[in-house]
Amino acid sequence: MNRITGYFKSLLLIELFQGMGLTMRYMFKPKYTVRYPMEHIPKSNRFRGLHALRRYANGEERCIACKLCEAVCPALAITIDSAPRESDGQRRTTRYDIDLFKCIFCGFCEESCPVDSIVETSIHEYHFEHRGENVVNKQQLLAIGDRFEQQIAADRAQDAAYR
Amino acid sequence: MADQLINQIVWPIVFILCITVPLIIAVAMFVYWERKVIGWMHVRLGPSKIGPFGLLQAFADVVKLLIKEVILPTKANRFLYFMAPLLALIPALAAWAVIPFSSKMVLSNANAGVLYLLAMTSLGVYGIIIAGWASNSRYALLGAMRSAAQVISYELAMGLCLVCVLVLSGSLNLSDIVNAQAGGKGLFDWFWLPLLPVFIIYFISGVAETNRAPFDVAEGESEIVAGFHVEYSGSAFAIFFLAEYANMILVSFLASILFLGGWLSPLQGWIHADAPGWINWIWTGSWAWLFIKAFVMSFLFLWFRATFPRYRYDQIMRLGWKVLIPIAIVWVMVAGCMKYLGWVSIGVGA
Repeated sequence: MNRITGYFKSLLLIELFQGMGLTMRYMFKPKYTVRYPMEHIPKSNRFRGLHALRRYANGEERCIACKLCEAVCPALAITIDSAPRESDGQRRTTRYDIDLFKCIFCGFCEESCPVDSIVETSIHEYHFEHRGENVVNKQQLLAIGDRFEQQIAADRAQDAAYR
Repeated sequence: MADQLINQIVWPIVFILCITVPLIIAVAMFVYWERKVIGWMHVRLGPSKIGPFGLLQAFADVVKLLIKEVILPTKANRFLYFMAPLLALIPALAAWAVIPFSSKMVLSNANAGVLYLLAMTSLGVYGIIIAGWASNSRYALLGAMRSAAQVISYELAMGLCLVCVLVLSGSLNLSDIVNAQAGGKGLFDWFWLPLLPVFIIYFISGVAETNRAPFDVAEGESEIVAGFHVEYSGSAFAIFFLAEYANMILVSFLASILFLGGWLSPLQGWIHADAPGWINWIWTGSWAWLFIKAFVMSFLFLWFRATFPRYRYDQIMRLGWKVLIPIAIVWVMVAGCMKYLGWVSIGVGA
């Protein structure tokens, strides 16, 4: 009996019509597409994107060259040289390079930093046009931090209750 | 002398251009429409960047294909390699000569129009076989052989479906076939009703003939990359593409003419009003009805492609030989009985 009903089912194309009904319903559903450059999906405040070095409110750079981030970095993407600063003899970095090709954006550098200096911002749209630009140096990182300080601080403040 | 020249050469060429140029533009828009519809059914948007609503996407693709390099594979047969796309395209375009767009708009009102159409659609498979052989590639050859076997199998079922239509209408002339579907019962006078199983079989074989999903084992990208046109690039590939889509539109038009009453109105015989010409066509019939029907039929191609997974090769052969052909043969006899007993009202011939 089952074989007979199955035979008629396939002969009358019933399942095929059901499938076509399904695709027809989907045709009129709202679409999931995000027209990317014009539209964006919401981003988490914990998003780990391009790195930045932050400053205190008085303009002093936060980094004290403890090299914890360099030590914790699993991809060995961070290179730091340090020396006493000429003006006041404080311990500061003379070189702070991040190779963005090596970086895996794990966020360990940010976790390890005792002074919240190195952070990963929510910027994810950036590109390089020449070989070697993938290594960003201290000046560039500080510049990114200066430019996006408001957003960085806002993201950290939102997340502070859960840390 | 000059009159003869104009009547026999110039006007036919003008008429041919009047069919082929809009056809090629229709193919471009059909490709766009296909991508849109399949996108919607995938809950995507489809092309939306180039031109308003992405309308110019197909033309951008054409330009891209035309300026690309045409690559000749090593040890490929140069002559056959470049002949194959033309052999695929020319029958696809030539078949349009006998299509009646309305009671007066037909390029060649041939007496054996259906026979000519069968011949032309069968010729298209040569382009595919030669393309596969001349490419000097295993994938192309496999795709060509699959395609040839499939087209030949489904041509039988398709031919039997046409026999049913011929039995009922008593003519091989496409205009006469449409006129035979005229009557006072609106769309119930068309042949789709007495020949419903045959209509479905015809369209299924039409999909198989044009190597479209779910019968597109000839391209089967998961097994044989892209089938017969794997080695073709640039404008040569564009011609294959054009031929495939022109064939799809042709099958849609044929289904509308043979089973859905061609240019006849689905309201024929129901409304008898005397209205100005711009609205009169709705119940007296015009080319617009044919285009609407063909549009619906061609939409089915896209709908199938978005819905059904590809058949396995042996399933295709089983379906063609063990299901479609027997049913079609039975229905040839049923159609003969219907005609003999006078169950089907046949409209007055032209």
